[in-house]
Amino acid sequence: MTGTFDLGWWGVLLAIVAGAIRVSTPYLLVSLGETLTEKSGRVNLGLEGTLVLGAMTAFATCYVTGSPWLGMLAAGLAGSALGLLHAIICNLPRVNDIAVGIALFIFGIGLAFFLGKPFIEPRAAMLPGLPFGNWSDNPAIRSAFEISPMFFVGIGLAIILEWGFKNTRWGLILRIAGESADAARAIGLSVHRIRTLATMAGGFLAGLGGGFLSLAYPGNWNEGLSSGQGLMAIALVIFARWSPLRCFYASLLFGGASAIGPAVQTVGISEGYYLFYAAPYVLTLGLLIYSSSRTRTLTGAPSELSISR
Amino acid sequence: MSTKPSPTPPEIEVVDLSKSFAAVRALDRVSARFRAGRVHALLGENGAGKSTLVKCLMGYYRADAGHILVDGQQRVMLHPRDAHALGLGMVYQHFTLVPQMTVAENFLLGREHLPAIIDWGREHAALDAFMAKMPFRLDPRRLVATLAAGEKQKLEILKQLYLNRRFIVLDEPTSVLTPIEADEVLGEMRRLADARLLTVVFITHKLREVVRFAQDVSILRGGKLVAKIEVAASSEMSLAKIMFDAPASAEKTDRSSRASSRTTAPYLELTGIRAVGDRGTPAVMGASLSVRPGEIVGIAGVSGNGQKELVQILAGQRDRQAGTVRVGGHAFRGTHGELERWGVSLLIEEPLANAAVPTMSVMENLALRQFNRPPLALAGLVLKRRALRPFAQALIARYGIRGLASAPLQTLSGGNIQRTVLARELARAVRLLIMQNPCFGLDVAAAGEIRRQIIRVRNDGAAVLLISEDLDEVLELSDRVLVMAGGRISYETDRADADRYEIGRHMTQSMARLST
Repeated sequence: MTGTFDLGWWGVLLAIVAGAIRVSTPYLLVSLGETLTEKSGRVNLGLEGTLVLGAMTAFATCYVTGSPWLGMLAAGLAGSALGLLHAIICNLPRVNDIAVGIALFIFGIGLAFFLGKPFIEPRAAMLPGLPFGNWSDNPAIRSAFEISPMFFVGIGLAIILEWGFKNTRWGLILRIAGESADAARAIGLSVHRIRTLATMAGGFLAGLGGGFLSLAYPGNWNEGLSSGQGLMAIALVIFARWSPLRCFYASLLFGGASAIGPAVQTVGISEGYYLFYAAPYVLTLGLLIYSSSRTRTLTGAPSELSISR
Repeated sequence: MSTKPSPTPPEIEVVDLSKSFAAVRALDRVSARFRAGRVHALLGENGAGKSTLVKCLMGYYRADAGHILVDGQQRVMLHPRDAHALGLGMVYQHFTLVPQMTVAENFLLGREHLPAIIDWGREHAALDAFMAKMPFRLDPRRLVATLAAGEKQKLEILKQLYLNRRFIVLDEPTSVLTPIEADEVLGEMRRLADARLLTVVFITHKLREVVRFAQDVSILRGGKLVAKIEVAASSEMSLAKIMFDAPASAEKTDRSSRASSRTTAPYLELTGIRAVGDRGTPAVMGASLSVRPGEIVGIAGVSGNGQKELVQILAGQRDRQAGTVRVGGHAFRGTHGELERWGVSLLIEEPLANAAVPTMSVMENLALRQFNRPPLALAGLVLKRRALRPFAQALIARYGIRGLASAPLQTLSGGNIQRTVLARELARAVRLLIMQNPCFGLDVAAAGEIRRQIIRVRNDGAAVLLISEDLDEVLELSDRVLVMAGGRISYETDRADADRYEIGRHMTQSMARLST
């Protein structure tokens, strides 16, 4: 954030836009993963743990092998492993997916902290950014528009998922498991298998989100890295009413809100800026209140979800 | 659509089929033949083995003994897929449609081989072409949740035809339909069978449908086949005799001739009730009605026309936006105190989910209305557990509840749960009884018993409001029949003038406007 001073208040706007793009990526990846899982009729509240474990795995793998892309892959696989664990436990009779999710949330974070201790200090190779700001001489603009390829991966995934839910065999099968387990069984589908695969795929995406945190932005590994982004992403799915494209817009909104604090700080406001750091949390609360109602149920919620039954 | 069309629909024969669940012999050496291109009715009370028989045909259960012949060839059905491959299909009583998907998506879901990427343009064109040939049509682009019950039933049948199933089993296809819809659906099935396009088997309780639409009848009782009849060769009366082991009229409940006087002031009065449903859309839109003491007022209607919300308002479970509820001339909000003071008893549908505590014992559930009063409580504070058991035992004996006083309510059968909640509601002085689908899912004997209790309450001078999706039940019990459609009371008639087709017409009238 050097050189923002010569842009003045435009710099704040620029920082928020740049922040929205940067910070939104993990929100987007986690919320897409959660949407995928919830469409199959299961809630995985453990994605915060998956996110942190993904961040640690990506960073450690990258540190050891020197390849950030290998790190991302490892993060995704670690996320899938947690997803598989969640699915296996939930496949047992009389197990509540919410409780399992909370347990795995704590487990994932604990495991990441335990294994990640040796990697807190060193620096690893970063994911390269794509220079979209080369048209400008201003270093602030150039750094603001250095966009991670993962952002585009996220957009691509959102579009593919939105289209795929409606237009592919897998999309229909996933939705039937989420809307009516009875109907799925009646046509001979294994609901457990569908949900297991959906939870693993969701975990993979959340793991990638974690990899982005440690290898792109902010780009290091420490224990305070996520600060609840995985949980907010789950709230965001409800706000986006289970639509991948709306997840993208909502992620930009959350990313922008998260960037308000740092942006305000750069223009020299030194008092009370911590209040702005709370913006995403306030936004989460506000949106959840806004989207809830005493007189009607949530629209768009998959009918098999334990929260909509 | 891989199966090649054969000149005739399948013919199925079962030979000495037996199936047991633990100690219960659900099917006992049943042999039957479902001839090709005919409509076959399968009759019997609950637990007679009808569902077990057809589920064996469909590959859901594997019979313990005996075999199944399809077009003369012995077949083993291990999985529904095996039955589907032979062109056998089933329409379940509880729809297996996915409400939040479109008609077209529901059609495609049953297909054996879906393409990885669905070309909706082509699929819609194919569906439109298919629909054009069908006796009844549905817009493939509509969301299933917006279809009425009759339309869903038609969709289920269309789906079977779309999937090229030519031996179709219908499990109580008309239980959720109005008489006109029922005639239409069954009439169409008969026409398709007469054209030798289908073989149809339908499970039913309704004699009227058997006489009008079936050609062959098989009657099951206690897992055994007790009769095989050709409809043309027997009268309605003799069918009824075989079906219930008694003439049909004996099922009618005795009612004392004492009808309420026209001049008595109503005990329950609703005016201009409005409320929204779970999705925030209007559900009750200005409903008004009144019930006098000693009178049963029945509300007929297709489910989803605001009945559920109306009952919830009366039970204090839902806020109303406008209108007044008066009981005994006083404003009524459905609080515990008011229910007690005005003698209001409620039997809400699906009591296990809506009006009882599944994990508490039968005894505790029976005491839910009175646990805070003597003789069950000291000074309204301390529960006298010792008084609970005799109180419960008395009700259990009186209402014939089969189950231990200490057993969790959820372990009882549907009929006994219903009896338990009814016993609880009738255990005190009743001046207004509100009932919703009180006999849903019960067998003929249990239903008859509950209906006798309802008549008894009315004969004792209470006002009774009966909300039911079963038109036969409404017609049997009510002194006055109302129809609820589109969130309003759209029709009213006296028992004497009640005509089932006229009522049915009003039941479907304003349904199109309401979507859930």
